[in-house]
Amino acid sequence: MSQSGAVSENPYALPATDLQKLFDSLTQRGYQIIAPTVLDDAIVYEPVESVNELPAGVTDEQRAAVYRIKRRSDKAMFRWAVGPRSWKHYLYPPHQRLWEARRNGGSGFDVVAEPEEPPVYAFVGVRPCDLAAIAIQDRVFLSEQYRDENYGRRREKALLIAVNCSHPAGNCFCASTGTGPHAQTGYDLALTEVLDSKQHYFVIELGTERGAEVLEGVPVQPASPEQCEAAQRVLENAARQITKRMDTTDLKELMYRHLDSPHWDDVAKRCLTCSNCTMVCPTCFCHTVEDVTNLQGTVAERWRKWDSCFHIDFSYIHGSPVRVSESSRYRQWITHKLASWQDQFGVLGCVGCGRCITWCPVGIDITDEVNALRRSEESKAALTSPKEESHANP
Amino acid sequence: MARTTKPKLAVWKFASCDGCQLSLLDCEEELLEVAGAVDIAYFPEATRAVVKGPYDISLVEGSITTPHDAERIHQVRRASRFLITIGACATAGGIQALRNFKDVREFVGAVYATPQYIQTLSKSTPIHDHVFVDYELRGCPINKYQLLEVLSAYLHGRRPNIVPHSVCSECKRRGVVCVMVAKGVPCLGPVTHAGCGAICPSYGRGCYGCFGPKETPNTASLSKRWRQLGVKEEDLVRAYRGFNAYSEAFRRESESHER
Ligand code: SF4
Ligand code: SF4
Ligand code: SF4
Repeated sequence: MSQSGAVSENPYALPATDLQKLFDSLTQRGYQIIAPTVLDDAIVYEPVESVNELPAGVTDEQRAAVYRIKRRSDKAMFRWAVGPRSWKHYLYPPHQRLWEARRNGGSGFDVVAEPEEPPVYAFVGVRPCDLAAIAIQDRVFLSEQYRDENYGRRREKALLIAVNCSHPAGNCFCASTGTGPHAQTGYDLALTEVLDSKQHYFVIELGTERGAEVLEGVPVQPASPEQCEAAQRVLENAARQITKRMDTTDLKELMYRHLDSPHWDDVAKRCLTCSNCTMVCPTCFCHTVEDVTNLQGTVAERWRKWDSCFHIDFSYIHGSPVRVSESSRYRQWITHKLASWQDQFGVLGCVGCGRCITWCPVGIDITDEVNALRRSEESKAALTSPKEESHANP
Repeated sequence: MARTTKPKLAVWKFASCDGCQLSLLDCEEELLEVAGAVDIAYFPEATRAVVKGPYDISLVEGSITTPHDAERIHQVRRASRFLITIGACATAGGIQALRNFKDVREFVGAVYATPQYIQTLSKSTPIHDHVFVDYELRGCPINKYQLLEVLSAYLHGRRPNIVPHSVCSECKRRGVVCVMVAKGVPCLGPVTHAGCGAICPSYGRGCYGCFGPKETPNTASLSKRWRQLGVKEEDLVRAYRGFNAYSEAFRRESESHER
């Protein structure tokens, strides 16, 4: 399912030295640019104005529970994989006031909706797995039946400038989930960074009209066949670097067969129920709603806040929580991601970004847990078959 | 809302450093609001005016370390409708509960010239070991916004928005980069009760566990990770023996690394 398909038709090329002109074009059109930058020893998405803030010459190394940034010998700007933050920090902020109510002097109160218009974002450096994650959150928040305006007004104005992967990290398994390392859809523009001893440029694929618009005034040229081939090699090379796999055959059924597996108790011995995995996951969308008041009781506010299935009160229903044990909470998370999500939204809830593996403080690996379930079935099969034989031949 | 009489608030001190009570004074701007909403009837730290009990709300700071205090807390309970303990001393025994792991008579002999004048209990214990507590506010010191939240919730008959989740949940919502994963710095955040807003990780430090254990703290798994990060057994003992050393989860974990 790996996506290293060919660069789409009629791409453009832009010298790396002119990338700032694309940034300027975005700023002039009123976009707030959110792009990768180095902050506190990690590459995170932050508001930036200049290409000088990009992580040029920086890369990352990732293993379970380990993330390290490293210097590179070159000046590549996008040769790294995803960091701890995802775009949901901007499209679906961790804390969000939904409305406030004020007493109106009489016996009633007035509800004041949130006045503040969210910024119009241009996301630069969206990885293919994150494009897929945004598409998943679109299904969650923007379904025809249940539309979330708070997400909608951020999402619909946002411009997505993808950058294809040239340096997948150790925990990336997008090839297994069919979401990377080459962006196929869901972007306004998709860039591939090419850097060799002689040249440093971007091959730009157009996704939408809006993408084409922001290129107006930016000194792009039609990409030459050689440039397209060079971009193609970057993508093929990236696909080869992805070694982590998660076998998705029969995945939903596998998970459902293991609702009562003793394996969940094994995970519970390791799991801290700290919620880091759900907070870093670009598709996790669960939240709680809190009402606050001031001391005089004249103002009340309703806030939406990221929540997690690893919290006990998350499953509180009329009198007591449903998922008290640690094992039931981990099982809920992984079963939702890989199985019931498919029933609910028609897609896998995991895009293979590997964040939950890297940022789990004790390195619990979603792909390992799936493998453990598969192995338990294989060993069961191995155990039962000789028995059947002996039964047949008493 | 027209309220005829304001609820009476009292602040009581047991064995403690006063830091938590000071969080109330530290409310500065909000302090006037507090004074407008409640009648601060007993607060020796802030005012000499004394109003007799009973009190609608009592904030209790400090742990029980003397026979006298073990009596006095019962009087406070009898005089209080709603009793809220504030801070690590009152909710877990505080840093002074380090005595609980040793023989306190040895300390008294070593520190005081005439130890026979010292009347002290062998253990420093939290208030809930002595009387029924209506609400516990964690932290060393408490977070003043959480204090205001509890008071506001009490005044308006709603549940306070204070959760027993991990510090990690606050850390991630703030967008702080995890110090344990990105720098290999040991952090107690995954087993520690939220409330501080992940102050230490936001300054590149590991969490010290000031708010005590969170719900279902898996200290054994975290300790195993700390060992992999190069932390020695004796340093694990020290890490769990902070302000909340005598809380059940931290006490047991520290003891398991002493053997
Ligand atoms: S899987 Fe890891 S990150 Fe997720 S709750 Fe458990 S310990 Fe925390
Ligand atoms: S479950 Fe893990 S690997 Fe999958 S999308 Fe979420 S964070 Fe990424
Ligand atoms: S820095 Fe500490 S509190 Fe923050 S996510 Fe990492 S382990 Fe949790």
